[in-house]
Amino acid sequence: MNYISIRNNETIPIATIPELDYYLFLELNVYFMLKTADSHCVSYFGFPHFGKIKLICCIAKDEQNSICVSSSVVDAKQPLPSFSNHNLVFEKFEREIHENFGIDYTDHPWLKPVRFPFNRFDKTNSIANYPFFKIESEELHEVGVGPIHAGIIEPGHFRFICNGEQILHLEIQLGYQHKGVEQLFLERRKLLQRIVLAENIAGDSVAGHTVAFVNLWESLCEFQPGRDLQLSRTIALELERIAVHTGDLSAMCTDVAYQLGSAVYGRLRTPVINYFQEWCGNRLAKGLIRAGKNNYPITQKLAGELLGLFEDYEKDFEEISEELFSLPSTLARFEKTGVITTEQGALVGTVGMSARMSEIKRDIRLSHPHDLYPELQHEPVLRNQGDVYSRGRIRKKEIDQSMGYIRELIQILPSVELADQLGNPIPNSFVISLVEGWRGEICHCAITGDNGDLIHYKIKDPSFHNWLAMALAVRNNEISDFPICNKSFDLSYCGHDL
Amino acid sequence: MFNNLKIVLHQGKQYVPDITTAQVPGIFRGRPVISTLKVDEAELVEICPTNAISGNPLSIDLGRCVFCGECALAYPDKIKFTTDYKIATNDRQKLIIAEGRDEPVELNPELIRKEISDYFSGSLKLRQVCAGGDGSCEMELNACSNVNFDMGRFGIEFVASPRHADGIVITGPITSNMAQPLQICYDAIPEPKIIIVAGTDAISGGIFEGSPALDRSFLSKYKIDLYVPGNPIHPLTFINGVLELIRKRI
Repeated sequence: MNYISIRNNETIPIATIPELDYYLFLELNVYFMLKTADSHCVSYFGFPHFGKIKLICCIAKDEQNSICVSSSVVDAKQPLPSFSNHNLVFEKFEREIHENFGIDYTDHPWLKPVRFPFNRFDKTNSIANYPFFKIESEELHEVGVGPIHAGIIEPGHFRFICNGEQILHLEIQLGYQHKGVEQLFLERRKLLQRIVLAENIAGDSVAGHTVAFVNLWESLCEFQPGRDLQLSRTIALELERIAVHTGDLSAMCTDVAYQLGSAVYGRLRTPVINYFQEWCGNRLAKGLIRAGKNNYPITQKLAGELLGLFEDYEKDFEEISEELFSLPSTLARFEKTGVITTEQGALVGTVGMSARMSEIKRDIRLSHPHDLYPELQHEPVLRNQGDVYSRGRIRKKEIDQSMGYIRELIQILPSVELADQLGNPIPNSFVISLVEGWRGEICHCAITGDNGDLIHYKIKDPSFHNWLAMALAVRNNEISDFPICNKSFDLSYCGHDL
Repeated sequence: MFNNLKIVLHQGKQYVPDITTAQVPGIFRGRPVISTLKVDEAELVEICPTNAISGNPLSIDLGRCVFCGECALAYPDKIKFTTDYKIATNDRQKLIIAEGRDEPVELNPELIRKEISDYFSGSLKLRQVCAGGDGSCEMELNACSNVNFDMGRFGIEFVASPRHADGIVITGPITSNMAQPLQICYDAIPEPKIIIVAGTDAISGGIFEGSPALDRSFLSKYKIDLYVPGNPIHPLTFINGVLELIRKRI
C-alpha cells in the first residue's frame, strides 16, 4: 500500500505511514483528489526531518469515514513540481511549505507568502512588502482596505482592483495576527498550557479548537473519554454554533442596514453565551473543555435551564427570521450577491457551511463523526445558490437543527464517571483530529518523538481555504456589497494566521 | 411595517438598567479572594498556565491570569473567584491580588491625568486596534455597544477613524506584524489621547507571553491609562472601568 487508512482520532506509529518517492507521492494524492468527489485534502504539511523535510498529506475519504495518510521526504534545496498545478486545493498548503522551509516549486501558479511567520525561511520578506497582483490600466483603480478595519474586528488587508464601482479582483493579505501558536504548542510543556493555547486560537471557535485538541491528546494518551465528557463536548460545539450563527445574522442585518434585525439577533445571542457562563464561568466557553476530566458536568438543573432558554429563544428567533427572509429590502441585498458556484467551491476546496451553501456535502459530523455525533445521524443542511441569501438561510436552518440535537442529547443525562488518570503520549506517533466547528472542519495533527514529546503540531482552520472563496465571491459585485459578502462568510483571521 | 412593530413590542426593554450594579449570571470568574490558609504553595504556583500565581505571600496577578479557574478547582478553600467584575484599574500593581485581601479593585486617582476628566467625561470616542487578539475580546467590545449593555448611553462609542478618536483600545498580545500598523494608528489620533489595554493577552501577553512572534515595545513607550483584565474581558468590566476613568473629578 502507498498510504495508510486511519479513522478520525486514531493514533498510529509514525513508521507505519508509507514513505514514497516524491513523484509517486504527487501522483497518488493528486489522483485521489481528481478521481473521487467524496475525498478532499484535510491537511498537507512539512516538518524538519534529519536535515531534510518530511511532507505528510492527509486525504479524507468521506464515504468510507477514513483518512488516507502518505508521506515523502524531500530535500529543501531541490525545486519540486507542485501538486497545485494539477489541483488548486493544494495551492495554499504548498505556499505554506514554501514559506516555512524555502522549498521551491517549478510550476506553482503563485508562490506568494501566506502569513509571514516569525520562523519563515526568507527573513528578507516582510509583511510591509507583500507582492500584490497589479494591473496596468488607466481605467481601473485600486482600493486598499486595512489592516485595521472600520469596526471592531481582526486585522487583514484587502486590495481591490475595480472598474468604477465594480470589483474585478480582490486579493487578501493576511498574517497580521500571527502569534506562533504551532511553535508554542511544542514549547509550552504543561497540558493545561496547551489546552489554554487551544482555547485562544480563535475566540469564536473556542469549543471547536479545544475539542479538536483534547480528542487528539486523549487518543495519543490512549484515554477513552466517558459518555459525560462526550456529551459536554457535543453540546458545547452545537451551542457555539447557535451563538455564533445568531451573532452573524445580527451582523448581516447591520450590513444591509436592517436595524431591527441587528438588534433582535444581537440580543438573542446574549442569553446563549450567558448560558455558557452559567455552565462554566465564561461567556465564550473558555475553561469548559479539558482533556481527561470534566470540570463542569451537565446537571439536571443546567439541562432544564437550557430547555427553558431554547423555548424563549425560539419564539423570538422564528419571528424575526420570518421577517428577515421575506422582507423585500433585505432580500434585494442578499439574493444573487457574492455567489460561489459548486464548481468554484470544489476548485478552491471550501469546507463547512461555505461548502454546503453551494451544495457541496462536506460535514465532519456526518463523514468522520466523533464524540456523540454517530448517534445523531446528522444530515447536513444544503443550499444550492451559493449567495449571501444561502449563507444566511443555512445559519437559520443549522440553528434549528442544533437546538433539535441538544434537546435530543440532554433527555438522558449520563452519570459522571470518575475518569482514569490521563497517561503520557505514546512515543513516535501520528494522530489526526477532525471537528466540525460552526465555520467548518478544524483539523489538528500531532507527531511525537522518541520520549513522547510533541515534535510537530499542525493546525488547519476552516478559514485556510475559505478565504479564497470569499475573494472569488466578490468578483463582479459592487464594492459596496463587499461588507455583506465578507460578513456572510465570517472567516477567521487568527485561525488562519495562527 | 406592522410585523416590525409587533417584533419591537415583543422584544420589550432589553437594556441593563443600571450598569454599575448589574449582577452577572452563574459562576463568573471575576476578582479572586485568596484565604490565608496554609497550602503547598509550590504545587499551587505550578498549576498556573501563565505564571500568574506567585508564592510568599501567595498572590494572583490579574494582568497575567487567563481565568481558567484550575487553581480554584484544585484548592477551593484557598482561592475563590467571586462574581465581582469590577477589576479594571489604571495602576498595574493593583492587579496583583494578595492573600487575605478582599477589597474592590479601584483606580488610583493620582495616576489619572487631569485632562481626561476635563475633556472626556461627557463624551469619549475610541478607536479599537486588534493586534493579535483571538477575536474574543473584540466580540465583547462589540457587545458593549449592543442593546443589552448599551454603552452609547454614556457617550462612549467606537469610531472608524483614529482622526475622530480620543483614545485607543488595544486587544491581543501585539504581534510583530501588527506593531507598525498599531503605531501608525496611535500617531494619527489627535492629542490629548488615552490608551486602554483590554484583555490579559494585551496586558501581559497571556499564554503567548514570550513568543518570538510578538513585539510589545509599543506598550513601554507610553503611559497606560486603563488596564482591563479578562479572557475575554466582560462588557461590564470594560464599561465600569472606563466610566470610572472619565468620571468628573474636582
